[in-house]
Amino acid sequence: MSWRDTVRTAFEAVRTHRLRSALTMLGILIGISAVVLTVGLGQGAQAQIKSQISELGTNLLVVSPGSTTSSTGTRGGFGSASTLTTADVAALQSKDVAPDIQAVAATSTTSASLVRGTTNWTTTLTGTTRSWKDVRSRGVTTGRFLSKADEADAAAVVVLGPDTATELFPTGNSIGQTVSYNGTKLTVIGILEELSSSESTSNNDLAIVPLSTYSQRLVGGTNRNSVSSIYVKATSAETLSAAYQETDQLLLNTHKITTASSADFSIATQESILTAATTVDNTMTVMLAGIAIISLLVGGIGVMNIMLVSVTERTREIGLRKALGGRPRLIRRQFLVEALVLGLAGGVLGVALGIAGAEVLPHFTDSKVILSVPASLAAIGMAMAIGVGFGVFPASRAAKLTPIDALRNE
Amino acid sequence: MTATTVEPPATTTPTGPAVIALTDVRKTYQTGDIEVAALDGVSIRIDQNEFVAITGPSGSGKSTLMHILGCLDVPTSGRFELAGHDASSLDEDHLADVRNLLIGFVFQQFNLLAYLPAWRNVELPLIYSGISPGERKERAHRALDKVGLANRADHKPGELSGGQQQRVAVARALVTEPALILADEPTGNLDSTSTDDVLGLLEELHDEGRTIVLITHEHDVAARAERIIQVRDGKIWTPDPAGDA
Repeated sequence: MSWRDTVRTAFEAVRTHRLRSALTMLGILIGISAVVLTVGLGQGAQAQIKSQISELGTNLLVVSPGSTTSSTGTRGGFGSASTLTTADVAALQSKDVAPDIQAVAATSTTSASLVRGTTNWTTTLTGTTRSWKDVRSRGVTTGRFLSKADEADAAAVVVLGPDTATELFPTGNSIGQTVSYNGTKLTVIGILEELSSSESTSNNDLAIVPLSTYSQRLVGGTNRNSVSSIYVKATSAETLSAAYQETDQLLLNTHKITTASSADFSIATQESILTAATTVDNTMTVMLAGIAIISLLVGGIGVMNIMLVSVTERTREIGLRKALGGRPRLIRRQFLVEALVLGLAGGVLGVALGIAGAEVLPHFTDSKVILSVPASLAAIGMAMAIGVGFGVFPASRAAKLTPIDALRNE
Repeated sequence: MTATTVEPPATTTPTGPAVIALTDVRKTYQTGDIEVAALDGVSIRIDQNEFVAITGPSGSGKSTLMHILGCLDVPTSGRFELAGHDASSLDEDHLADVRNLLIGFVFQQFNLLAYLPAWRNVELPLIYSGISPGERKERAHRALDKVGLANRADHKPGELSGGQQQRVAVARALVTEPALILADEPTGNLDSTSTDDVLGLLEELHDEGRTIVLITHEHDVAARAERIIQVRDGKIWTPDPAGDA
């Protein structure tokens, strides 16, 4: 009996018992689609985190107010906003104390509603300094960024994100026009370059004003010198850890804190943010993968179950095939191929369902799913392996039937 | 894959080797501590182109004899030659090959696969002898033509009458050109018209030179054969002239 005949016979058996085959496949199908989606979600989340973090800029440290927990998460408390000040920023800018720091940008942000004529747009109002552009590796397409003079004068000027500009000035030509925030008119002096690969809209939808304008004229607050975070850019990737040490020491000194554990600020590197995010993400992935594997196992047991039923139900057929000259090995092979076909079909359909799920899922959650061809092929391979693995026992049972007993079976 | 460890029978001459030669064959089964002899020293010789009926009441050892003749089982002792090949102590694989190449089975239950059309059922034994699809199809259709069902080749067994189904089974037995056609109660599930029909077909095949062994418990069916071998209590039984049974 050639392989071709074996495969054809297996397909015919699967097709003949449609309902039974479909139910068997269903188990594998669900398991495989779960595996495909889990892997896709894991990879999607990974990519999302990576791109978000790389969008911050390069060789970057982010100093936030509030103390840290051991796992790099930040525990903020009441009034934590006030622990970082413009004095800290000034200290960090000193080349003598912190030679490995290239640039420092303090930011304060608030959600703000900008008005231009009858148009009203809510965006993130960011008060910062002119070094923000270098620290965050951004540029402007038209106009200019904040200048030293703007900062000194607390000038009523604003640099808009590309999306914000489009919303407020749908016809373009926004430079020199004014938008108002809480009655204060701000002159648009520049438009930021679009961050095209950006996942989060906050990179393209924002309004930047000088920090002095922000604290003195627009938002105010209890302490006009406080900032919500400080971005520190190291001179190079090699000096990043030195810059980290310098920042840490400097801030401990200026805050007059003697023990590092009681620091009222925390410093995160891009790497530490990435690690923290991926750790959480990996835990989720492992958990989901566990569920997926269990469902695959259940699917496999389903295959074995149905194949055993199939062997019992087709005892006469097996007896006949043996009587007509089918060697035991060929009978075993036929049932193994049948289980393999079921596994393969379940695997292919499972991957298809996984792909469909990957299309649909992002519409309901903000999760991104990245499907990879090797992972999908591996999933199909896994489905086939499960079919064969769980088909061995039923197939051996079939092969061991004696033709006399099998033919006598009513 | 071909499993040809057994040569097809040489073309026969009237004085050639016997198709079946059983010499003092015993078959015993162990039932607990007791050894039961289903066959107790049976010797039979059946020659080329014979039409023999083997008959006997149930429990006589008739079925055991059929299993040994059909290479579905091996004797405990004694010698069994089928078309010149010693089939007394073959392993499972070789028994399968012998069945495939030398024997054509016709069963009481027809044993057709319901999901395959008639010609695909007829083709089955050829698949196991590794014959190419083209030749299989051609031979299957020829065999169906021989049993008068050429126009039913694409019908599934469910669409055929009992008599027609058994004709398909006969075609399946024929298709390998076996040395022996072994029919086990072939009319047991048929009405009298179909019984006549199938027996007529077997007679026809016999007239064409085939060797046929018919196992039955019905006297009028056995009477259609040239020679009747009666089995009782695991032995060949020769009736006295008064004849009962």
